[in-house]
Amino acid sequence: MDLVNLGIKAIFIENMVFAYFLGMCSFLAVSKKVSTAFGLGLAVIFVLTITVPVNWLLQEYVLNEGALAWINPSLAEVDLSFLSFIMFIAVIASMVQLVEMVIEKFSPALYGSLGIFLPLIAVNCAILGSSLFMAQREYNLAESAVYGFASGIGWFLAIIALAAIRERLKYSNVPDGLKGLGITMLITGLMGIAFMSFMGISI
Amino acid sequence: MSTETVEKPIKKESEALLSKRRKSLVSDPLNDDNPITIQVLGICSALAVTTQMKPTMVMSIAVIFVIVFSNLSISAMRKLIPGRVRIIVQLAVIATLVTLVNEVLKAYAFDMYKELSVFVGLIITNCIIMGRLEAFASGNKPYDSILDGLGSGLGYAWVILAVAFFRELFGSGAIFGYKVFEAIGFSSEGWVGFDYQANGIMVTPVGAFFVLGLIIWVQRNKTGYVEN
Repeated sequence: MDLVNLGIKAIFIENMVFAYFLGMCSFLAVSKKVSTAFGLGLAVIFVLTITVPVNWLLQEYVLNEGALAWINPSLAEVDLSFLSFIMFIAVIASMVQLVEMVIEKFSPALYGSLGIFLPLIAVNCAILGSSLFMAQREYNLAESAVYGFASGIGWFLAIIALAAIRERLKYSNVPDGLKGLGITMLITGLMGIAFMSFMGISI
Repeated sequence: MSTETVEKPIKKESEALLSKRRKSLVSDPLNDDNPITIQVLGICSALAVTTQMKPTMVMSIAVIFVIVFSNLSISAMRKLIPGRVRIIVQLAVIATLVTLVNEVLKAYAFDMYKELSVFVGLIITNCIIMGRLEAFASGNKPYDSILDGLGSGLGYAWVILAVAFFRELFGSGAIFGYKVFEAIGFSSEGWVGFDYQANGIMVTPVGAFFVLGLIIWVQRNKTGYVEN
């Protein structure tokens, strides 16, 4: 039950976009059409679901103080936690590369539709952010898997919703200075207010 | 009079230390080509840390440091890095610098380290830095790259400081923790006769979106830039 609660919290209450502003660059850049937003959202869910648990394993068995004791008791003193940024980003970059190769091999159609968005995921802050939050909040393996998946879903919902609004926005008369980024920021703000109504819910 | 010509050493025309072109490297990103408001890069951290001026200040210094030194190192190595692995090399350089910043903060400013939490680590994925490395440092000389990094860093810094200024002023009625509204007599003891009511929405993430959106509107009205 705790896991369900954690998942719902990560999707709605602590939404990556509306509560932490993570993954904003691609959120703003790739939200002009629903179809591309959908593809990118799926890829983000996929990468997040894999990288957060993998980074958890890395953290637990390599980086934390004393984590290396399973190799040799004499390594129990070693604390590699200062290396966490480099290790996390390396895992993410290589995982994105791997996912790219797997998709290219087994589903060329999906690969074609995702196109350049796949490699872009490596520098999406939502991915690194989830791993860092996972480390900071000291989740266990199951929790971090659920957390990764749920934050991906939250990001997916947010980008689909914004893309749908922006598609409609094409037909409205926006002041020149606000066109593009400006109005998108204001809309995201309003959507954030809507998501704030989920605050305080616990199951 | 001899017809011999004195052999003059051929002097290469060296560019002035602060030539016009180099000045524009620093000044362009401040307004016309601002990383946040025009290029739409580095928004995540711009919004997340800006509830107060102090962490924002620390964040901008950290980003300027990382961007200048990563530009310098990538530019110095630009002929050695094979094109296929450059993204990984760039990420490794950035991650090393960010780790440095993180350790320094942890050692000398632990409160600030706690307050910024994961957002120091997220400088790694700040697209401004990757963007400058990719677009400028991998094809230009080290000194120019430093200037370019400085320009982009300052362009980023002034925008997030402006956002933080309004958010802290209206969200908590203070600037750098100093209660401005009380100081000018806007309190129950002062001439107004009632306390300043802090605007809660400014403290929440939503306020950041609004403030940044409005800053973009004002700036684009001034520069006349219109996005299609």
